[in-house]
Amino acid sequence: MKILYFSWVRSKIGLAEETVTAPNRVNNVASFLAWMETRGPNYADALANPAIVRIAVNQDYASANHPINNDDEVALFPPVTGG
Amino acid sequence: MAIYVQSEDFDLSAELKQLTANTASTIGAVVSFVGLVRDIIGETSLTALELEHYPGMTERQLAAIEAEAHQRWSPIKTLIIHRYGRLHPGDQIVLTIVASTHRATAFDACRFLIDRLKTDAPFWKQEETTQGTHWVASREEDNQASARWKNKTSTNLE
Repeated sequence: MKILYFSWVRSKIGLAEETVTAPNRVNNVASFLAWMETRGPNYADALANPAIVRIAVNQDYASANHPINNDDEVALFPPVTGG
Repeated sequence: MAIYVQSEDFDLSAELKQLTANTASTIGAVVSFVGLVRDIIGETSLTALELEHYPGMTERQLAAIEAEAHQRWSPIKTLIIHRYGRLHPGDQIVLTIVASTHRATAFDACRFLIDRLKTDAPFWKQEETTQGTHWVASREEDNQASARWKNKTSTNLE
């Protein structure tokens, strides 16, 4: 899957995007986030407060039980501040 | 219906003329909202603003907001322009315009567009001030303004 990071989530993780293969146990947003936190201290730090991290799957906002698979484009970012 | 996500500035007067061209018989009201870069944040002074966005998702979310407005208030004509990149105090950031038969619809739909854009369109502001650079935090007032539209077709200023 392709994972994109924006704003301070990008700064904390240290990447703008990456292409990775998630383990089989990752099948929805909740299991994706649980896996991401184990990938390193930078990931754990960026995702430490779930209340201020938004997730989009294929460019739409997604909730915890939304399915995720390795063909998806997933993005993690803070609450938006445009306008 | 039109959406532009661009780094260039925009001209409200030209956009308004274009939106209402050839519709003289049906359009009786046009309401526009222009958002500007403020130069004072609390006690610090802003020197520049860097606007980041998520290309692709931005257009997709703006199109969804616009489509919902058309569903609620049809028939209307709408335009959304949002800039990205480096901006300075006084610069224009965002434009929403709604043209309709009567003013109530134009006011409501225009406010809907900007309220929802604030919470749904994936843009992030980084402020450069005299005291350093930081990412802007989202505002609870914006969440409430957007959420009020869930069950209403009109919302009054509080």
